[in-house]
Amino acid sequence: MPVRSSCRFFKHAEARDLFVVYASSSSKRFSDSAGETLPLLAYLILASALMLTDHRMNIGQQTRKQLSVVIEPIWWLASLPARLWSGVDDELASRQALQDSNERLARDLQILNARMQRMSAINVENQRLRDLLNATRNGSLQVQMVSILNVDLNPYQQRIVLDAGTRQGVKVGQAILDAGGILGQVIEVSDNKATALLVTDADHAIPVQVARSGFRSIALGTGEPNSLLISDIPQSADIRKGDLLVTSGMGGRFPAGFPVAIIESLNPNDTGLFIVGRAKPAARLDRGLEVLLVNEIIPSPPAKPAIKTPAPVVTSGDGVKAEPIKTR
Amino acid sequence: MIRQSSSAMRTTTLLAGLLFQIIPLPSGLDLARPYLLALFLCYWCLETPEKTGLGTAFIYGLLSDLFTSGLLGEQALRLVILAFLVSRFRARLRFFPLWQQALAVFVLLLNDRLIMSLLHWLVSDHALSWVAWLSPVLGMLLWPWLFVAIDMLRLRAREKN
Repeated sequence: MPVRSSCRFFKHAEARDLFVVYASSSSKRFSDSAGETLPLLAYLILASALMLTDHRMNIGQQTRKQLSVVIEPIWWLASLPARLWSGVDDELASRQALQDSNERLARDLQILNARMQRMSAINVENQRLRDLLNATRNGSLQVQMVSILNVDLNPYQQRIVLDAGTRQGVKVGQAILDAGGILGQVIEVSDNKATALLVTDADHAIPVQVARSGFRSIALGTGEPNSLLISDIPQSADIRKGDLLVTSGMGGRFPAGFPVAIIESLNPNDTGLFIVGRAKPAARLDRGLEVLLVNEIIPSPPAKPAIKTPAPVVTSGDGVKAEPIKTR
Repeated sequence: MIRQSSSAMRTTTLLAGLLFQIIPLPSGLDLARPYLLALFLCYWCLETPEKTGLGTAFIYGLLSDLFTSGLLGEQALRLVILAFLVSRFRARLRFFPLWQQALAVFVLLLNDRLIMSLLHWLVSDHALSWVAWLSPVLGMLLWPWLFVAIDMLRLRAREKN
């Protein structure tokens, strides 16, 4: 009898135990989910609010500027492996390779020097003609050499970090060039670093003109590393495959006359009324390359004055004369 | 002591994940960059849930946004969602065999990419390149190695103490 009762008691206890376990686990699970969902919602709302304010008011830029003390060392640290690698590469460069590159550079220099001599004559002539036309244009450019920091920012944006900042006199809006042509412009500056937007970024647009015909348009970045888009070209426009696009100097941000891209293809757009052009950027973006920062451009009317309608022909004598007088 | 070494390791791995976001990779491959930060976060959410929660995810996401010059709050949002999913299914995930866990991680990373492409589409209407979808695959392949490596490091640290 005592055995049975104890057994029953045991059974009962077990059942109660089980029940307790079950109840506690279920209540725990319930409270868990409630305890997790509320913070989740809070964080989601907070993150969304941040994204919205950053998208609308660009607070990220100011925050990065304020926190540059923290961000700059991290960027430096991230660029270290590539920097070490290039150091090792330099050390290991063979004598033959150095000789080759030296020879090539000397040859290039000679060719460029010869070209320069001719250019300077043309430049003088150009200036004289400009004076005759009564057009003013500031031809002098101050440039500063800056190296690129080896850091991959967002791969979905075309941006680079420059190894110079406010201390070195970098300002937001400065144009960046390399040996090939226009690279982009500075968009964020901290004390010792600056972030630049490349012409190929999907958020970038640059006023250009066809060097051959003077047809003006805007080259848009596509987000792909080697493609620019020129949309809404009128059917009548004088533009061909292989044409060089140069900066038009409109807007005063980029100096006029620098190569931007070469037209690769021209296709009718969806409506068939306009032409869409694809162009390959002229600038060569290799890692570890030095770039030129344009220090100051005095905003001046472009060489070929604007014509009110985006007509393909801008070289009509009337247009050239009438426009500068009007703007004055 | 054990706890201390573990938390030091957590901070180190998460910072390494942050750093990996901006270390230069060969061009073309940078789009498929495996999201190491998410993998590390996933690991610590599984192993030390009492220390790694939505708050950690949010803070590291925000830091990553700052360093990568992306939209502020984007990665914070993505990582918070990831951490939430991991902690929700933690009981099941922990006892999965490693390959099954890797598959689960793949699904988590894929979900993360989906959220990302949705955000990109909302902010700037251009689609992600197809290479970007390789990133979850790489993450899945990396998961078992990372998991075993951190486990071994932690075990060694524990033996030492």
